[in-house]
Amino acid sequence: MSVVSKSGEAAYPIAGAAVAPRCEPSIATAGDYLALMKPRVMSLVVFTALVGMVIAPAHIHPVIGLAALVCISVGAGAAGALNMWYDADIDAVMTRTRSRPIPQGRIAPGEALAFGITLAGFAVAVMGLLVNWLAAALLAFTIAFYVLIYTMWLKRRTSQNIVIGGAAGAIPPMIGWVAATGGISLEPCLLFLIVFFWTPPHFWALSLTRVDDYSRAGLPMLPVVAGTEATKRQILLYCIALAAVAAAPWLLGYAGAVYGTTTLIAGALMIMLATRLRSERDGQRGRQAAQRLFGFSILYLFIVFAALLIEAGFSYHGP
Amino acid sequence: MDPERHGDQVREERTTVVLSKEQARSRRTRSIAIALALGALVILFYAVTLVKGPAVLNRPL
Repeated sequence: MSVVSKSGEAAYPIAGAAVAPRCEPSIATAGDYLALMKPRVMSLVVFTALVGMVIAPAHIHPVIGLAALVCISVGAGAAGALNMWYDADIDAVMTRTRSRPIPQGRIAPGEALAFGITLAGFAVAVMGLLVNWLAAALLAFTIAFYVLIYTMWLKRRTSQNIVIGGAAGAIPPMIGWVAATGGISLEPCLLFLIVFFWTPPHFWALSLTRVDDYSRAGLPMLPVVAGTEATKRQILLYCIALAAVAAAPWLLGYAGAVYGTTTLIAGALMIMLATRLRSERDGQRGRQAAQRLFGFSILYLFIVFAALLIEAGFSYHGP
Repeated sequence: MDPERHGDQVREERTTVVLSKEQARSRRTRSIAIALALGALVILFYAVTLVKGPAVLNRPL
């Protein structure tokens, strides 16, 4: 199903914003370019990658580790910039995104495209040269998946866009692990699954509070296509799956009691908030319940990964 | 060459873009950010070279 047509970068319905003519010198500040890199997403990506790197059973020199994290953050920023370049038309009609640099006319679409491609190439090349080429290949795959598969293909076509596209955001802990070890094993795959199952309830909770926005932009988010009740049911199911997957590292013996206790409590809270959301009717109370779940989901991911980090601090490196 | 046309050509070549205050300020922030990023990269590459030593060119898969 193609909901929104993509007719080229010049045809954006810019909402109430004057686009700077291309012949004019740019008014973009460094802050605009930073905003183009989605710094909040970058911070979560870097944190999960750091955990993947630290819990890996191999020593990585702190300087090499820092270089790997710089590459991962720049790669994530590149993917964000390319996403904003392609999605400038829908960003312009959504309240949440209309103040981004491209819809506001502070950065020209072509500049964002060049910026994103340059950063992506730089991040992958430096990762390969300074860390290892498997990590670089994974980073390149992640950027390509986010831009080509999620942004350009799935986002405007299916309500499962963030389920499949969420894989891109789940790979960074694996990149961190591969940067340290040079290989892949079961543990980083479990970290991948945690972020993968975390993404749908996180984004669907957000989309429940922005149904009008997504509807106006023509994006086939689940609440728009299947309705709020179906979305709440899916959120609950994914929260149950997430709690089970997040407990797996502890159940399989890869993590200790600190992680096990933390993830069980945090998982139970996620399920409780999802159950409460499902029991609420649409309207103000339903929106508040969705906002609570969305807010807690961010805290959830941080807590779960921080527990792994704390255990690694006590020199736990798996069985 | 026609002296009048030559004069027009010179005037055209001397035409420059005059930045507004906002454009000049934006350019300054971009220049500073680029300088800081390049400086950070120089330090990072130097540190990595020290850490890797002669093995800096050895890049296992």
